[in-house]
Amino acid sequence: MASLALEKVTKSFGKTDVIKGVDLDVREGEFIVFVGPSGCGKSTLLRIIAGLEDQTSGHVRIGDQVVDAVPPAKRGIAMVFQSYALYPHLNVRGNMGLALKQEGIPKAEIEARIKKAADILALDALLDRRPSELSGGQRQRVAIGRAIVRQPKLFLFDEPLSNLDAALRVNTRIEIAKLHRLLGATLVYVTHDQTEAMTLADRIVVLNGGRIEQVGSPMELYKNPANLFVAGFIGSPKMNFIGGAIAAEHGAQTLGIRPENLEIAADGPWSAMVSHVEHLGSDTYVYVEMAEHGLIAARIVGEALHQPGEMVRLKPVPEFLHLFDENGLALPRPA
Amino acid sequence: MRPARSSPARTGLVHLALIVWTIVALSPVILILMNSFKSRAGIFREPLMPPTGSTFSMIGYQTVLGEGHFIRYFGNSLIVTLVSIFFVLLFGAMAAFALSEYRFRLNTALGLFLALGIMIPIRLGTIGILQMMAASGLVDTHLALILVYTAQGIPLAVFILAEFMQQVSADLKNAARIDGLSEYTIFFRLVLPLVRPAMATVAVFTMIPIWNDLWFPLILAPGESTRTVTLGAQLFLGQFVTNWNAVLSALSLAILPVLILYFIFSRQLIRGITAGAVK
Ligand SMILES: Nc1ncnc2c1ncn2[C@@H]1O[C@H](COP(=O)(O)OP(=O)(O)O)[C@@H](O)[C@H]1O
Ligand SMILES: [Mg+2]
Repeated sequence: MASLALEKVTKSFGKTDVIKGVDLDVREGEFIVFVGPSGCGKSTLLRIIAGLEDQTSGHVRIGDQVVDAVPPAKRGIAMVFQSYALYPHLNVRGNMGLALKQEGIPKAEIEARIKKAADILALDALLDRRPSELSGGQRQRVAIGRAIVRQPKLFLFDEPLSNLDAALRVNTRIEIAKLHRLLGATLVYVTHDQTEAMTLADRIVVLNGGRIEQVGSPMELYKNPANLFVAGFIGSPKMNFIGGAIAAEHGAQTLGIRPENLEIAADGPWSAMVSHVEHLGSDTYVYVEMAEHGLIAARIVGEALHQPGEMVRLKPVPEFLHLFDENGLALPRPA
Repeated sequence: MRPARSSPARTGLVHLALIVWTIVALSPVILILMNSFKSRAGIFREPLMPPTGSTFSMIGYQTVLGEGHFIRYFGNSLIVTLVSIFFVLLFGAMAAFALSEYRFRLNTALGLFLALGIMIPIRLGTIGILQMMAASGLVDTHLALILVYTAQGIPLAVFILAEFMQQVSADLKNAARIDGLSEYTIFFRLVLPLVRPAMATVAVFTMIPIWNDLWFPLILAPGESTRTVTLGAQLFLGQFVTNWNAVLSALSLAILPVLILYFIFSRQLIRGITAGAVK
């Protein structure tokens, strides 16, 4: 059974169309990530699911109920915001309990739920503090706690990690993944960061300009991007794109090859000049300048000793070549 | 704050300018206060001197307080000012919330229309207002003044508060909606406390012209029972003889309540600022 379904959802602000027809089925217990560049409509779509924004046309279904006319508090959802959005005048306990109090749940039950969430999120010691007395990471946990206590059918997260520093972000990412396994609830998560999408999602929804470009598991998108946009957006460093004669040889408008699928080898077909080398320890990124194709990145495992200015030959691993036609759509793989 | 950028000469100049400005601003007030404690002869002979043993006199205060009605005038001024501020803040904040929070047709036009009141003085409408008040039997009531002052204060209040309310985090309001709070609760419990500094600012800017106003009390409520302090003080300004002791004492006393209100609001203002700093 689908736990969330979007049917031909569109949204316009005045004359600007922000969401241009989105269809999506989310399965029970799935971790779905909306990813796309900033301004592509991810938050708007999430707010439509939450009921904070009315769609211009189309339908939203949560569970087996069409919720187009249901107010946010009655949709059986909980949401975590980028800015945490904790109530400044309430302490942690008050923040977590407010929604339950509004629903008229008995006091003892509220206490029990808060206690359970506080255990999961290690918030016991903080229950009597105000949001202003918490660190960024703690506020984020309170915001997640406030969502958990409601025991919603559907969790919505809008870029919950963007305000955290890099180290905390990795930790919290792991926490969220664990939490999802623990609760088994359906979760829709918005981010502009493809790494977050790849590491967290059961399925990724790539959005661009208010449209879905592709839906699939992280590895499906990585291995078989449906078009140039997805190919360029998923994976880091980005996929290299090569046009012109080389692509034409393969019967394509554009040829794509990921940096990790390029080798530097004396018998490689393409010649290029090293322009910059980055040593990451585990890997080395070699950036080469290829006549008329510009900067191309190659990722070499371990240490690679190349100097800027050196001429090298590049060898793509043939089974990892991606071919795209003149509309940017993926062509069937060469056998 | 930034020692590297402030030379002593520069700091000195800034302070000098501030001191001069303070003296200019305060000197009329000090002159009134000083002379209110002097005898009539003292006031006229050496108006710029502080009271001395020979010129000191409480006659002005005795006249004012002995007049008896003066306490009532104070009460009238306080009622009118406080109730007006209350309504200005309440309705101003509600309008500002609607304008900044909800998208509806003519939103911008309505905002502009409300802001227009800042530029057009309400006194232009005096005759119409008087006719209206007379027709509805409100002349010589507190309500007449309160209605006029509320109308007079709302445009600035909407203008300032809408600006501040736009800065209240949309996520916060959305979180509250998901948690099932009503729009009224969001307004009163979440948004109003966060814009408290702006509310205090509006209160101060609204209060002073109301307290000092002579025009509308004279026209709409000149009667004994509704007379305000500013109007009451004029009684001592005769066409031929003016009781200067009483006028100066009345004015000195009139400063006090407004000063107290100002301190209350400015405390709120500072508390509001520090409370808002932590999101
Ligand atoms: N209330 C609004 N009024 C007008 N335009 C809006 C509003 N909210 C969002 N938009 C526009 O919709 C587009 C998508 O916004 P958003 O969903 O926030 O993007 P994302 O979350 O993907 O960065 C942006 O171009 C933004 O300017
Ligand atoms: Mg967003």
